[in-house]
Amino acid sequence: MLQYFLKRLLSLGLSLVAASVVIFLALEVVPGDPASYMLGLNAQEDTLAALRQELGLGGSLFERYATWAGGLLVGDFGTSYTYRTPVAGMIADRLWVSLPLALYALVLSTLIAFPAGIWAASRRGSHADGAVMGVTQLGIAIPNFWFAMLMVLVFAINLRWFSAGGFPGWDAGFFVALKALTLPAIALALPQASILTRVMRSSLLDTLGEDFIRTARAKGLSKGQALWRHAVRNALIPVLTILGLQFSFLLAGAIIIENVFFLPGLGRLVFQSISARDLIVVESVVMLLVFAVIVVNFTVDMAYAWVDPRLRRRR
Amino acid sequence: MSLLFHSRTLLPGAVLTLLFTAAALISLVWVPYDTTVVDIANRMKPPSWLHPFGTDQFGRDILSMIMVGARTSIAVALVAVGIGMAVGVPLGLAAAARKGGLMDEIIMRANDLVFAFPSLLIAVMITAVFGASALNAIIAIGIFNIPVFARLTRGAALSLWNREYILAARVAGKGSARISLEHILPNVANLLIVQGTIQFSLGILAEAGLSYVGLGAQPPTASWGRMLADSQTMISLAPHLALFPGLAILLTVLGLNLLGDGLRDSLDPKLRRART
Repeated sequence: MLQYFLKRLLSLGLSLVAASVVIFLALEVVPGDPASYMLGLNAQEDTLAALRQELGLGGSLFERYATWAGGLLVGDFGTSYTYRTPVAGMIADRLWVSLPLALYALVLSTLIAFPAGIWAASRRGSHADGAVMGVTQLGIAIPNFWFAMLMVLVFAINLRWFSAGGFPGWDAGFFVALKALTLPAIALALPQASILTRVMRSSLLDTLGEDFIRTARAKGLSKGQALWRHAVRNALIPVLTILGLQFSFLLAGAIIIENVFFLPGLGRLVFQSISARDLIVVESVVMLLVFAVIVVNFTVDMAYAWVDPRLRRRR
Repeated sequence: MSLLFHSRTLLPGAVLTLLFTAAALISLVWVPYDTTVVDIANRMKPPSWLHPFGTDQFGRDILSMIMVGARTSIAVALVAVGIGMAVGVPLGLAAAARKGGLMDEIIMRANDLVFAFPSLLIAVMITAVFGASALNAIIAIGIFNIPVFARLTRGAALSLWNREYILAARVAGKGSARISLEHILPNVANLLIVQGTIQFSLGILAEAGLSYVGLGAQPPTASWGRMLADSQTMISLAPHLALFPGLAILLTVLGLNLLGDGLRDSLDPKLRRART
């Protein structure tokens, strides 16, 4: 286990370095000089040079990368070109919206998918199964930002149960803030819940066909007892993997949903930064999200190997 | 033809897909109304005989806009799948041919790296650097497709390399490149077609999402995602503005997914036997 862990940890580190190089180089090729952008047309040459130094823009390509990557390691993401404030602080503020939103969606997705998948699998071939499969087929095909707009129309504009957008902040009270995130979280969760339901169903159907289920039935367990005591637990492994992968999709997907509801999260920050050409912010947010994806996948891999020792040897 | 009736999903999937492909193709030669002409007198009209889907905030016919938008969606998604296949499949074949070798290791690690960037993030980066356009959306979705096809091809090819007929081809003196092309590729083609359909539908969703946030096709190019973005502020006044483009995306993606499921059931003999 330790050897496997160290090997995967090394590969995690390499992935992070490679990703940071890709992101750094991609934004290096952008024409234009942030220092002259910040100071305007009439800036003095020595002021420009001083600002470049301050922003870590001086030196060779390698030195600039080292400054940026070194900063990332200690949580210093640099200074925003437009707002002149530390990027880390801007991101931290927005993370308090995006992260709870993604987690909320993940919880909803799980709460829908587990019962729906188990229900459909235990009634394979019935109308109930057919209905679940039909609804999930729609859930996968629906563009979630459109579904979000329809929910705004019905639940915010017509029924007035929710506000159409905006976020009051966590200071306004936990449930007030949670309520503002409810429609976005449902929109975000819908496609993921549909996928997860299908994975849960097919994984459970696979498990129900195994010999140990027949053994359990033969020793006198009822169908329901065999399902709950033996099948569900064994069917969970592939489901958990998908769940881990979905978290990164939810974080990235939040970028679009935040736009529908005018939520001040990472997504809005990215788009504002793109239009203001505040590339260091774009760079940092992309790096953070990629970091999250890589770390979550690593964690899922480790959890998986811990639960199922066969997997450690397979790789 | 009997293929169409093997699966319950194949026929509806094929019909929906054909419907939207036909709409896109017809729009190349004819649309009910010119989508570049503004007609303020007829703005935001609800559906009627003259305009079956109504008109938008500039008085343009929504049916015509959806037909032209189908062209954008299909073109972007198709080229993106093309990029994914053209780059991913040869990489997957090469990795499988030298399993465990340096080449395999490099290709698979590079794939893992690309996999860590959701297509939306690739699009964000490309837009930040080169600006927003349909072409950049194609590139972003295309790059995202590469590891999907590379992994699929490698996985399927690996199981084929142990087969006896491959050994026979080797004994006959064929090199691994030739074996990959002549024996491996035809045997993974079915799998690639099925995955291609699924990636095509994901591409349509991704294009719509990117255009919606302004990272995809730019005006005056009609696109379903842009139509939805434009309709958002008017949704309470004229819900039909948001209804039809959204339905178009939903039905196209649904059609492609059903088609993909149906093809998989029909083309995979193992599944077919399991069902009967």
